[in-house]
Amino acid sequence: MSDSPAIAQGAVADAAHGHGEHPPYQRHHFETVDQQADATNFAMWLFLLTEIMFFGGLFTAYLIFRNWYYPAFVAASHQLNIGWGTANTAVLITSSFTMAMGVWCAELRKKSGLVLCLVLTFLLGLVFLGIKTIEYHEKWEKHHIPGMHYSMKSFTDPASDPEIYAEYHDKPMALDMARHTELYFFLYFAMTGMHAVHMIIGIAILGYLIVRAQVGDFTTGHVTYIENFGLYWHFVDIIWIFLFPLLYLISRHQ
Amino acid sequence: MSEQNQHGGAEPQSQHTEHEHHIVSPVVYLTIVLILFVGTALTVWASYIDMGPWNPVIALAIACTKATLVVLFFMHVKYSTKLTKLTVICGIFVFLALIGMTLSDYISRAWGRW
Repeated sequence: MSDSPAIAQGAVADAAHGHGEHPPYQRHHFETVDQQADATNFAMWLFLLTEIMFFGGLFTAYLIFRNWYYPAFVAASHQLNIGWGTANTAVLITSSFTMAMGVWCAELRKKSGLVLCLVLTFLLGLVFLGIKTIEYHEKWEKHHIPGMHYSMKSFTDPASDPEIYAEYHDKPMALDMARHTELYFFLYFAMTGMHAVHMIIGIAILGYLIVRAQVGDFTTGHVTYIENFGLYWHFVDIIWIFLFPLLYLISRHQ
Repeated sequence: MSEQNQHGGAEPQSQHTEHEHHIVSPVVYLTIVLILFVGTALTVWASYIDMGPWNPVIALAIACTKATLVVLFFMHVKYSTKLTKLTVICGIFVFLALIGMTLSDYISRAWGRW
């Protein structure tokens, strides 16, 4: 990857340019390691900006539809379990911390520390997805997944859903408003689902990084991969930091 | 892949000091993660209090604070080059501009008929 010597043979170097003069992970089209680090950092941020725009569209849709069909969105969000949501927020924040510690270990060339941090991040990512699965399963059982088998019963007849009713005492909703609860769940699954897809991709990349970290690839001073993956992981954390209050919390009292 | 060169690649050429690479210490990370936990507890607690229209405002304010801390410290933007800082700020600005324009369209089309 980083140390293939074949690229850019007669670039700028004034004389014959041996590999003793720069670290093996420095690519030949960069003049210095710093320049390489800055360039990749810049590129990573550009990618994250496109991700912000992507999730931003979903957030905007949620904002507008919540204002249009306010009673439906409030009642539907009462179906989410704040306990699970809080637990998942804690799991994700902790995984961001272990990832940040991983970057620190890579910088200080602590190989076993780095592997440990990456494995912890990997496991916490799996815990997050596990909790998400429990929540999705609940929606499946109640027929709250948009589509052919969607059921509005919890909203047209709240007393039929005793657990939620005991907590919120929602009034029965007219059919033409209750049907918009399906839109809430559509956005819920679109937003948390896209977030989960990002988690799955992140966990897969983590697996690859763990294997390479064990060989010692990232404790030679070459921190770019670990650092830029860290940026991705923290970004996914930030998305959840906004999803959690918007989906779970803000309609508790309305 | 591996040539067994012993130069180790430790120091980037040291005459290049325009931007010193900053290693953020675990103490900073620990402080931030604790603040993030407090923020999470705070936002859950606040959601149990009826503040009318202020509930979403408070929730978003706490979320923005948490996100800012993550960006500045976990994502090292506080210690990054001016280029990175400018990139992040531009991105947030464009994002807010797009949301703002979209919302102003939705608000003004049905003006007075809400």
